[in-house]
Amino acid sequence: MSANNIETFYDDWAIRRFTVMAVVWGVVGMLVGVIVAAQLAFPELNLGLPWTSFGRLRPLHTNAVIFAFGGSALFATSYYVVQRTSQVSLAFPTLARLTFWGYQAVIVLAAITLPLGYTSGKEYAELEWPIDLLLTVVWVMYALVFFGTVANRKIKHIYVANWFYGAFIIVVAILHLVNSAAVPSEWFRSYSAYSGAQDAMIQWWYGHNAVGFFLTAAFLGMMYYFVPKQAQRPVYSYRLSIVHFWGLIFTYMWAGPHHLHYTALPDWTQSLGMVLSLILLAPSWGGMINGMMTMSGAWHKLRDDPVLRFMIVSLSFYGMSTFEGPMMAIKTVNALSHYTDWTVGHVHSGALGWVGFVSMGSLYYLTPRLWGMKQMYSVKAIEWHFWLATIGVVLYISAMWISGVTAGLMWRAINEDGTLTYTFVESVKAMHPFYVIRMVGGLMYVSGMVIMLWNVIKTVQSGQAAEAKIPAVTAHA
Amino acid sequence: MDITDLRIISTVGALVTFIGIMIWAWSGRNKKDFDEAARLPLEGDEE
Repeated sequence: MSANNIETFYDDWAIRRFTVMAVVWGVVGMLVGVIVAAQLAFPELNLGLPWTSFGRLRPLHTNAVIFAFGGSALFATSYYVVQRTSQVSLAFPTLARLTFWGYQAVIVLAAITLPLGYTSGKEYAELEWPIDLLLTVVWVMYALVFFGTVANRKIKHIYVANWFYGAFIIVVAILHLVNSAAVPSEWFRSYSAYSGAQDAMIQWWYGHNAVGFFLTAAFLGMMYYFVPKQAQRPVYSYRLSIVHFWGLIFTYMWAGPHHLHYTALPDWTQSLGMVLSLILLAPSWGGMINGMMTMSGAWHKLRDDPVLRFMIVSLSFYGMSTFEGPMMAIKTVNALSHYTDWTVGHVHSGALGWVGFVSMGSLYYLTPRLWGMKQMYSVKAIEWHFWLATIGVVLYISAMWISGVTAGLMWRAINEDGTLTYTFVESVKAMHPFYVIRMVGGLMYVSGMVIMLWNVIKTVQSGQAAEAKIPAVTAHA
Repeated sequence: MDITDLRIISTVGALVTFIGIMIWAWSGRNKKDFDEAARLPLEGDEE
């Protein structure tokens, strides 16, 4: 390893492209989100066409924000972090480039097939089998690049962020292969390999671990690198970060059944899922506190650093939604919250507040550095983005809380003679104003993202792709 | 030994492993290595 001094620069080709595409897909995916939110408030906006109906656009929204926006941000940051903390250039540079084109191809195919109505019907795993196969190939290349780089590292220790990214890559591969197992009957049509309650359990084993390893572990990798970097101080407790990691690994796998409370799933499985979901609070909050405390002694930096503010607010939302989640997993609470907008609000406090904010903060950190600039083209615009996004999230989730609890209470209200107090449509009517507020919140959130896109384009235009040198002398270990 | 024994062994084994990791993480002799590792993000690039 040490004899090879030819590679003196980091390989940021794919990182630059994934960074820009993350922001582009962010705008697209969130815009589709606002459209489906508007359709729920004003059903005429379905336009009476199958391609623009809610049922087809909703999976387009979820796939675009989770896999296109979130996924691109993860590719960009993981390639960046693994190189900087291993002090070595990416292994298999050609494969790294292929992961960019391959992953973008998967996204484009999703954007075409979902509105056309091709779906396997599995939530967050809707893509049909030919696209699933392409994604599998891309993912194997991703694993080769990432773990190859870790193997080539010039530093003895594997930094904790890489553990999180590594777990994300391995677990997502397992989840994807198991849950997408299907019998194809023709191009773009297939039938799940499982049936009945097993199919449901495998689906939500997949679904919740997608939350745990795609939307949590991977973005924690981001947090463990970019928060210390932006705050200019090491993580509060490294040993806590190790326990955070293993705590999540040992617990998340079991939490899936809480998506299937009071269903045909065996009762013991539901209770097991509930208990393990409650235990998850401990490692989640340990990690949240670890990120927050990294700021101790540097809190004043929040006053004039909007990028750091994005990261710290993201941690607040991480703490909030990892408290709310275990609470909603309690069966008696779930009896009220399930099938209501409370769930939607919970998901979005995690997705918009945690995943969105930590990605935006990290991308704001990356962009100027990748294009040889000291800072973003407009710091003022980051401020605008921050406040639009923050107010947007708060509007969104509080509207969904009120709407969800209202609907839940109305559905369970019973008259003295045992009949239902409210008809279903009365609950829909009660939810309507909050659907409009949610739409406004979403509109503010995507407006912030449009400002970010403008800011990124301006930064890229005023700078130029900068080659980053690998430090010549390895400091230690 | 049937499948239930395997389940018991793997569950208890996982718990013991996790407790082992906790003890390892908090044992004093790793303190120096961890402090160095925590500085890795601050040393990986020239700014």
